[in-house]
Parts: sequence; structure tokens; C-alpha cells
Amino acid sequence: MTTIPKELDPANIPTGCHPIITVRGLRNSFGDQVIHDNLDLTVCRGEILGVVGGSGTGKSVLLRSIIGLQTPDEGEVEVLGENMIGREEDEAKNIRRRWGILFQNGALFSTLTVAENVEVPIREYFPGIKPPLLDEMASYKIAMGGLPADAGPKYPSELSGGMVKRAGLARALALDPELLFLDEPTAGLDPIAAAAFDELIKSLQRRLELTVFLITHDLDTLHAICDRIAVLADQHVIAVGTIPQLLALDHPWIQEYFNGPRGRAAAESYEEGAHA
Amino acid sequence: MAEVTEQDTDHPHGSVYRVAGTINIARAATTQREIDALPDPLTIDLSDINRMDTVGAWIIYRTVRDRGAKVIGASRDEVSLLKQVGEFDKPARVIPDESHGPTAVLRELGEWVAETGATLVGLLGFFGSTLIGFANVIKRPTRRFRLNAVVQRFDVVGVRALGIIGLMSFLIGIVIAQQGSVQLAQFGAEVYTINLIGRITVRELGTLMTAIMVAGRSGSAFAAQLGTMKITEEIDAMRTIGVSPIEALVIPRIISAVVMMPLLAFWSMLLSLIGGGVFVWLSLGIPPLTYIQRLHDVIPLTDMWVGIIKAPVFGFIIALAGCFQGMLVQGNSEEVGSRTTTAVVQSIFLVIVLDAVFAVFFSSIGWV
Repeated sequence: MTTIPKELDPANIPTGCHPIITVRGLRNSFGDQVIHDNLDLTVCRGEILGVVGGSGTGKSVLLRSIIGLQTPDEGEVEVLGENMIGREEDEAKNIRRRWGILFQNGALFSTLTVAENVEVPIREYFPGIKPPLLDEMASYKIAMGGLPADAGPKYPSELSGGMVKRAGLARALALDPELLFLDEPTAGLDPIAAAAFDELIKSLQRRLELTVFLITHDLDTLHAICDRIAVLADQHVIAVGTIPQLLALDHPWIQEYFNGPRGRAAAESYEEGAHA
Repeated sequence: MAEVTEQDTDHPHGSVYRVAGTINIARAATTQREIDALPDPLTIDLSDINRMDTVGAWIIYRTVRDRGAKVIGASRDEVSLLKQVGEFDKPARVIPDESHGPTAVLRELGEWVAETGATLVGLLGFFGSTLIGFANVIKRPTRRFRLNAVVQRFDVVGVRALGIIGLMSFLIGIVIAQQGSVQLAQFGAEVYTINLIGRITVRELGTLMTAIMVAGRSGSAFAAQLGTMKITEEIDAMRTIGVSPIEALVIPRIISAVVMMPLLAFWSMLLSLIGGGVFVWLSLGIPPLTYIQRLHDVIPLTDMWVGIIKAPVFGFIIALAGCFQGMLVQGNSEEVGSRTTTAVVQSIFLVIVLDAVFAVFFSSIGWV
């Protein structure tokens, strides 16, 4: 068993951290299969936290537990200072208003145009906002998502994979969230589009002072934009820290992940980029 | 909460809008209304604002853009936020352009005609490729014929429909017997109820009701299954692997509908006769043996043929329409629904049209 130093222990709250998400003792299981057991995690306000883990380690289930789509067997989840478990729908709504989520495949409403998709949350929570202000809000959110203006009246089926992600991001940003959840934002994008998307997330995070909870497999994303990385394995978060901190651990999965051929390539390209 | 501290409309140089506290999405509608109510030239004073999100910034930005308002008292953060939202000012349309008026009506009519024509040609093409598929299967039955798929479809289309079609037919038999006997009793001719039940269910209703049920049950399922496979690119995957979707998906479905329809129609006739028999036994006191004897006397064998010959044709139409509409699906999930609806409506409509054609045909060859 690898010993985890205290500052990388997921239960430890780093100094100067204002927790925005706190998960304690989370347990999730489907039938006999235990996905999470005694999982702890803290996300600090203003950081970009990357969550990594092998396939089937329950990254998406963790996200679903945090945003309330999945009721865990045990444990506590606190988001934006509010306990998320067992909340009434009305109370949960007030918390949901303050976050935005980009689902893995965009999850755009296929019968609405991109602009209408962005307007959905605004109409739902603020029915008082009427066109033309509403349409203008959709327009600038679309521009913020990095889409050209002519994407507004398009239907999701007319968009490329990268544009779907950007449209999903525009919808996630619709309510000016404090907290942004991204589920594999760069999966399925070509390296150039993925790098551009990373850049977009980073710049939005800086401009809008967002906290970003990001599930990814993309080593480049981890190097480029993540402040801290949480590693999911053995049914819980084994450690949270920066890449150099994690590399100091001798956990076999972490070593293989970051020191495998792809991990090295990503690290080298990032270092070259940083020196250039 | 923001609080409007001043809305000075009598200002010598126009009006001043000054709010304190937060200006964000929650206050967007109010803020916009308040600003709209003030006359030009407008000055916006942000010195008492302590929190502003992009929506608040956008409202101020658009007021400056559209009305030339002056902003005073903005902190450095606020200025930079205003500049940033300004960068995203790329007006996008919300819905695709649509023209109105007479030309639009003409265009829609034209599109409709072209689309209907294309659908008809497409159906013909689909019919053709199905025939080619059949020919291929017949040429090399051992390799091309998918026995498992066909047998599985038999189960889904035929065996699993027995319950619902049986119940429906049984009840229809009872209804016909009941309504018939009430009317015929006025002439003292209740015994002719048996003629009514026998001829109408065997010749017409058994097959027709079965066709409608199969269209609703299986035709819709065919369209939805193929449509979903189209969206998830399974059909494209199949094609690239070298499996013909016509052979693998369409032909088993058509065979199953064609084979199962006559069997189900026969089952339906049988159950309708039993339903009617139960009613005349309990209500009119005609014992089952007499009922069967009467049926034997009044139903000509040609009635049976009329009913059974139609069934496979109806089955073919239902399966063809279902598969064709399913294969036409592209784009979004809503289309699966609309195509499924079209498949059912189309197949029931075609079934009834063909039923009329058959009625005329059989009468003219003397099977009355």
C-alpha cells in the first residue's frame, strides 16, 4: 500500500482553500458491484480540478453523485455550502442555478437550435428576461463558447463534434455559474480542437472566476490547465495534487499513467511549450 | 440585493441610473426595465456596485451600444468585464431564417410536392432493393438466409401478438353478435346473427383488424428499431462490414410479417367466431354444436380464402412501410418518432385502400 503524504490526502483541505465541493465518505454501488467506498474529495473555489482514473473507476458516477443525479448509498456531498443529499426538488433548484454542466456528448436538446438550447436554462429560471435581451444573451454566450455567430440558428445534428461541445459549454455558461462541471470535454476532438478547447476553458475560468470540476483522459489537458489532479483508483480518490506531487508517489497506476509513453510525450510537449 | 438609489429623470442633462449592490442575471429583467424607462441622454453610475456578472455587464454594454449611454464610477474589474463582454458581441440568430407571405406558401407547396415525389420514388427504390435482396437470398439461401433472425421475428411479430389479437377478436365477435342480434330481433330473425358474425369476421374484419394491430405493434417497432440503428450509425457500420442491411434487417422483418399475418388473421377469425358463439349461446340460447353447424352452412369456403389471401399482402405492406420509414431517419431523435408515426399511418391507410381494391376484385370474380 502506498503511503499518501498528508498534503495529498483527499480528506485534507489545503491551506488557503475555500471548499466549494466537499465529498466525505461517499459510497456507491450497483448491486454487488461497489463503485466507490469511503471516497473523500475537496474542490477549492477558483481552481481547475482534474479527475482521472481508469475506465470503470466511477468518474462519471462521482460526477453524477455530486450533481444529484445519483443518490449515493452513504456519505455526504456538499456543494456551494449546501448539503446535496436528500434535498427537496425546490431547494435543489436554487443550487442547480449556480452551476453549469457540460455532458460528455453535449446532451444538447436535438429539437432546439443552439441558441434556443442556450436560452432554455435562462427561460426556466428567469422567465422575466424577454427578447431581445434574451436573444442577445444567447448570442454572447455562443460567442463566449467560441462558436461563430452563424451557429446560433443551427440544429445540433448540423454541428461537428467540436461545435457540439462548444454549444454545450455555451449552455453550461448560460446562467453565469460559479461552478462548471465538464465530463471529458476534449474526448473525440482532434488535438488542435482539443488544445483550443483547453485554452477556452482556461480563459473563461480566469475571466469569469469559475471553479471547474473536470473529468478527463486527456493528458494534455491535465498538463495545460489543471491546478490540481484527483486520482480515482481502488474505489476512492487515492491522492489529490499537482502532477509533480503525484509523480513523487510510487503508486503503480499513477506511475504508469503519467510515466507511460503518452504521459511522457504530453509532459515533454508541455515543457517545451512552457520554455518556448 | 441591489437597490435603486436614484433615477433622476429631471436631470438637466438627461437621466442618471444609479444602483447599489449586485447587478446580475437574477436582476436582469428588472434592470433592463428600469433602464428602458429612463430618457436619453443616459448616464449609468456604477460606483455603488460591488458585484456584477456577465449578464449585468451585457445589459450595461448594450445600453451604451444602442443608446450611447455614459458609464461613470466603474471600477477596474468592471471596466475589464464590460470590455470582455463587448468582445463577444457577435449577434447570432436564434432560429433559422424563414420567409413569410405568398412566396413562402408557394415554396412550402413546392417543397411538399418535391418531398412527396421523392418519398414515392424512394419507396419504389426501396421496394426494388428489397426484391433484389430477396433474389440474392434465394440464389444463395444457405449463406444469405438468416434463419435465426427470421425465427426471432416470428416470435416477436406472431407468437407474442397472439394474446392481444385473440382478446381483441374475441371482444369484437361479442360486439358484432350483440349489435347484430338487437337489430335482427326487430324482424324476428335473430338466428341470422350467426350469418352476420360468420361472414363479416371471416371475410373482412378478422384480417383487417389483425392488420391494424400488426401495423400498430410491429410496423411501428420496425420503423423505430431501424430508425434508432440509423441514428447510432449501426446501419452504416453494417454496410462497411459488408453486411447488407436489406438482407439482415429488412428481409427477416418482411418474411415474418408476410408469414405471420395469415396465421394471425386465421387466429383472429377463430376467436371472433368463438366470441360470437359464446354470446349467442348465453344470450340467444343457441348451443355451440348448432352454432358450428350453422357456421358450416352459411360461410362459403371462398370467404375464408378472401380473408386469408389478403393477409400476406397486408403484412408485406406493413413491413415495407415500417422498414422504409425507419431507413429514412436521419439526424435527431425526434425524427424517429415522426417516422414511426408516418409508418403506422401510411401502412394502415394502404391496408384499407388495398382492402377496398380486394373487395371489388373478389366480387368481380364471383366470390360474393
